[in-house]
Amino acid sequence: MSVINLIFGPQHPALHEPELFRFKVEGEIVVKAEPRIGYVHRGIEKLFERNSYIRGIYLSERICGICNAAHTVCYCQVVENALGIEPPPRARYLRTIVHELNRIHSHLLLLGVAAEELGFDTLFMLIWRDRELVMDLIELVTGNRVMTAFNTIGGVRRDITPEVAEKCIKALSKLEERVKYYRKVFEEDPTIRRRTVEVGVLPRKEAIKYCVVGPMARGSAVDVDIRRDWPYAAYDEIPFNVIVRDECDVWARLMVRVDETIEAINIVRYALEHLPKGEIRLPLRRAVPPAEAVSRVEAPRGELIYHLISKGGTIPYRLKVRTPTLANLLAAAKLFEGNTIADIPAILVSIDPCFACTDRVTLIDLKDNKVKRVSLRELARRCRK
Amino acid sequence: MYVLRRLALWGRLRSPWLLHFNSGSCNACDIELLAAITPRFDVERFGIKVVPSPRHADILVVTGPVTRQAAPRLKRIYEQMPSPKYVMALGTCACSGGVFRGSYAVLNGVDNVIPVDVYVPGCPPRPEAIIDGIIKLLKKMEAEISGK
Repeated sequence: MSVINLIFGPQHPALHEPELFRFKVEGEIVVKAEPRIGYVHRGIEKLFERNSYIRGIYLSERICGICNAAHTVCYCQVVENALGIEPPPRARYLRTIVHELNRIHSHLLLLGVAAEELGFDTLFMLIWRDRELVMDLIELVTGNRVMTAFNTIGGVRRDITPEVAEKCIKALSKLEERVKYYRKVFEEDPTIRRRTVEVGVLPRKEAIKYCVVGPMARGSAVDVDIRRDWPYAAYDEIPFNVIVRDECDVWARLMVRVDETIEAINIVRYALEHLPKGEIRLPLRRAVPPAEAVSRVEAPRGELIYHLISKGGTIPYRLKVRTPTLANLLAAAKLFEGNTIADIPAILVSIDPCFACTDRVTLIDLKDNKVKRVSLRELARRCRK
Repeated sequence: MYVLRRLALWGRLRSPWLLHFNSGSCNACDIELLAAITPRFDVERFGIKVVPSPRHADILVVTGPVTRQAAPRLKRIYEQMPSPKYVMALGTCACSGGVFRGSYAVLNGVDNVIPVDVYVPGCPPRPEAIIDGIIKLLKKMEAEISGK
């Protein structure tokens, strides 16, 4: 049978972002998948080198609108590490609260989109209705629905009053009830199970080989979580479980996210009840001494790494961002092989792709169609032209 | 002829179908647009629907500062839409480039690539603002079509 190229994207109803996948299909079966990234490349790492550390907070937040709290936590931590300062305990707890609220919203969003891609529109609408509960909480705590602008270098920008904390706890118990119901739906519904069980299997060995991160690794029985393995913010003081499943398929990856949402609700509740008193931020410092620092954060999609090199002054020399979807994408291309065309959206959604984080630049010489990667220096030279 | 034109206008104003294109946005505007069609805000009660194909759409909703790689695709999608067609720039990035303005990889806003009819600023705009933007665009459509 001849092999047909199936082009998926950049504008496609199953993708909420412009990205191109080239599937080679034989009949109904996918034999090879090639992701083609770069539609959302905005040159952010270069922009960091032009903006001050304070402006960098807002820039890092806009790498990804969905997991913005994880990005700002990671950015603020890397600058704090370079400065050699530690935020006060109350700020660390507040960071944890907003980071976990962000995780709840991100996971519920993904579960809703997953239901939509599986053709279960009612569940999509129901999950997104209940997601508004957590959006209200984020707005109550930070002042904005999506872009929180909550973290700053050396602490956080807003405090929580006891009334707000009480409201949060009340809303969270309502949300928990709903999430437990959705857990039952995902666990028992025959339609969802038929579309997801034993689809897109990523064995544990392969998961380790491709270095996948986050819920994708934990759905393949790899027990990693930065929050526990390399604690930051207030995670060393808050008890929580790391959810690991050993089914290795799309269903396991979705169930990891459902259970993590319940865990996140418990973390927020614990942090609100045990909120220490005191300052919420340290005095502002604009300049960073020459230093090199690394920070790791467990974003909703997996491990997020920032690497900062400072040569002194108020502007970073270089800031490197390694986002979770980039780590997962290589393995994801392998997952499609051997599955049918109808399973493509289900597998794609199970990796929770966030291409806004991922996109890198590759220059293609149009004259002879040669692909080449360029050094940073050459790129900078081309920019100036 | 007059009756037919009135009928077409009536139909068009009561079922504006949107096509969403992300031209390099950070996803914040996109999830707020998606939130606008879900039960809390529910724009579908006004006949507003997000459709998958440019051939079915009346309004193109563009988010993001338009990256160099996405720009030709954006132009092509705009050309594929049947007229009369309208464009809504959603979010500060789509209006002016936002925080990415001046980067080597972006074209600083949708209006540098295709004509824009309504701008909805905000980072990201709330679902209420998105609905308001669509209503303003519908008023503009009404004035334009019935005035001809």
